[in-house]
Amino acid sequence: MLSIKDLHVSIAGKEILKGLNLEVKKGEVHAIMGPNGSGKSTLASVLAGREDYEITKGEIYFHQQDLTEWDPDVRAKEGIFLAFQYPVEIPGVSNANFLKTAVNEIRKYKGLDPLTAVDFLKLIKEKARLVELDASMINRSVNEGFSGGEKKRNEIFQMAVLEPELAIMDETDSGLDIDALRIVSDGVNHLRSDDNAFVVITHYQRLLNYIVPDVVHVLHDGKIVRSGDKSLALELEEKGYDWIKSDPASAV
Amino acid sequence: MTEEDKILEEFTRSEYKYGFTSNIEQELLSKGLSEETVRFISAKKDEPEWLLEWRLKAFRHWQTLREPKWPKVEYPPIDFQDISYYAEPKEKKKLDSLDDLDPEIRSTYEKLGIPLEEQKMLAGVAVDAVLDSVSVATTFKETLAEKGVIFCSMSEAVQNHPELVRKNIGSVVPYTDNFYAALNSAVFSDGSFCYIPAGVRCPMELSTYFRINAANTGQFERTLIVAEEGSYVSYLEGCTAPMRDENQLHAAVVELVAHKDSEIKYSTVQNWYPGDKDGKGGIYNFVTKRGICKGDRAKISWTQVETGSAITWKYPSVILKGDHSIGEFYSVAVTNNYQQADTGTKMIHLGQNTKSRIVSKGISAGKSNNSYRGLVKISRKARNARNFSQCDSLLMGDQCGAHTFPYLEVSHPSAIVEHEATTSKIGEDVLFYCQQRGINEEDSVALIVNGYCKEVLNNLPMEFAVEAQKLLAISLEGSVG
Repeated sequence: MLSIKDLHVSIAGKEILKGLNLEVKKGEVHAIMGPNGSGKSTLASVLAGREDYEITKGEIYFHQQDLTEWDPDVRAKEGIFLAFQYPVEIPGVSNANFLKTAVNEIRKYKGLDPLTAVDFLKLIKEKARLVELDASMINRSVNEGFSGGEKKRNEIFQMAVLEPELAIMDETDSGLDIDALRIVSDGVNHLRSDDNAFVVITHYQRLLNYIVPDVVHVLHDGKIVRSGDKSLALELEEKGYDWIKSDPASAV
Repeated sequence: MTEEDKILEEFTRSEYKYGFTSNIEQELLSKGLSEETVRFISAKKDEPEWLLEWRLKAFRHWQTLREPKWPKVEYPPIDFQDISYYAEPKEKKKLDSLDDLDPEIRSTYEKLGIPLEEQKMLAGVAVDAVLDSVSVATTFKETLAEKGVIFCSMSEAVQNHPELVRKNIGSVVPYTDNFYAALNSAVFSDGSFCYIPAGVRCPMELSTYFRINAANTGQFERTLIVAEEGSYVSYLEGCTAPMRDENQLHAAVVELVAHKDSEIKYSTVQNWYPGDKDGKGGIYNFVTKRGICKGDRAKISWTQVETGSAITWKYPSVILKGDHSIGEFYSVAVTNNYQQADTGTKMIHLGQNTKSRIVSKGISAGKSNNSYRGLVKISRKARNARNFSQCDSLLMGDQCGAHTFPYLEVSHPSAIVEHEATTSKIGEDVLFYCQQRGINEEDSVALIVNGYCKEVLNNLPMEFAVEAQKLLAISLEGSVG
């Protein structure tokens, strides 16, 4: 589904990703771990098509198509979703209105008719239950006045409504208490299927107790320096990132 | 070819460029302004002596005045002797069908979601008998007449209700008020007159009717609305559809008189030709709008969505004379390309326990300039007056300007006056967030801007709120990226 080859990315002339390779297949959950500044969030931003990130070398393919050619909204319409680390507030725009616009834009792209108001309402009510989101939140402005945990939950709610093929979660667990973490994880586990894939970016092994990954990658200094199964996350937790930092060569 | 013909040709040509192929045949008065001109207009309208006298006094006063220079707008000097002050529209050439209309204009109509029959009326297409605008208007008139509501053109009102006009005209905006008010008083062409008798709640938004008849409103429009004790009226001026006009200078006057326990809600959607992308052409809109809450517990509410005109200069105001009276001003002003807007309000608190509320949202894009200018005045007798003002500016791009000029004059210690102001840029983060959810850039901008203006748009009558939302999106097309 997603194929990244020798990706080099710079921001304002500074190289952040330095030859990253990643293959994600349908039905898989990949965790990407790494210390601060290793390039985790850069990877998420580049995949979503954020400006200011310059791809100096390498390729990104999504379903064998060159992803880098697409505008951010096209990437979303093609099925890529980014759960933001810092979701923004949009004053005066209700969650419902926002999502309805998004759902119908995506449907239009796929040649489908827009959802009727009734069908849409049914859809969001069902999905809101999934992430235990209070119905009143749906009519509030997007993320306005939400707590950190509510914002993250709202990201997963949007993900549930939009049903992406590839979901990238950028440190969704940061700032979540244990209950919120469970709710978010339950939501993700519920959405997991053979037809979609997840890239879960996180600092901590903790999240991976709830969302069990198929593959764990360790990102260091713009490269994936080690990949393994879920036990790698445990090992990392035990030994700390210094283990990778001090001897990245042996880790490869 | 005479000078007049040249100008006419130029106007019709430029009109054609923007879609309206209809040639308006007009009876034009030769250019220039003198007492003769004023007399001519008055005579042409068969006006009573007192009105002529009033016009002449206004004209004489106008001659002593100079054009105001304080607004933060720039334009070449206007030669007031180079304008024709009377043009009687004769007949509009009808199009056979909407297919004859410029596709660009048509697509704008469609984007705005204007019903087909209304599109035809706006475009000057001959409509079929059933939906003929005259018959529709007649039906409205009958409904209104049953309630005793008078709603007609100012010219008709002068003929049929001279006492009502005489009593109220100039009572809120005297001809001595300002340069353009004086000019308007001297030469006003026509406008609307609306009278709601005591205790009557006007049975409809005075909008649909007005839209159908909005065609030739004229250059110096004069509107007067009188709400008697305990009455209510909601009035909508203007149109979301792009309005082209052959006159560059528009100087209208609107007066509202709200008696005890009455309420007037006045909504404006203004989308006049703003000039091209290089700032050429476009309408100068210099308007004086003011209402007076004459009796206790009267309420006047102005809501405006201003997207058009090259230059907008208007300050819909409320004089809060009656005790416990309320004045409100909700405004969205959008400027793009080279547009300039200097707009705001004045809330003059005279009575006790009076309240006013100001919500102004300015959006600037391109190389435009957008200023809020407002005055809140609490007089010495206005015990327990309250005002809340919120003035927000949204900037798109880095070549536009937003300015806020709030003036406060408080002469009573019990007054509570609050002013909040914010200036923000449309955030790349927010845009990216919307795009990441599958919404393209332009739709994202529209979504964000509509959210930003929600508080104001919510005050518009429903059908217009929807159109105004789309209008905001269209006005800002291409302003990002």
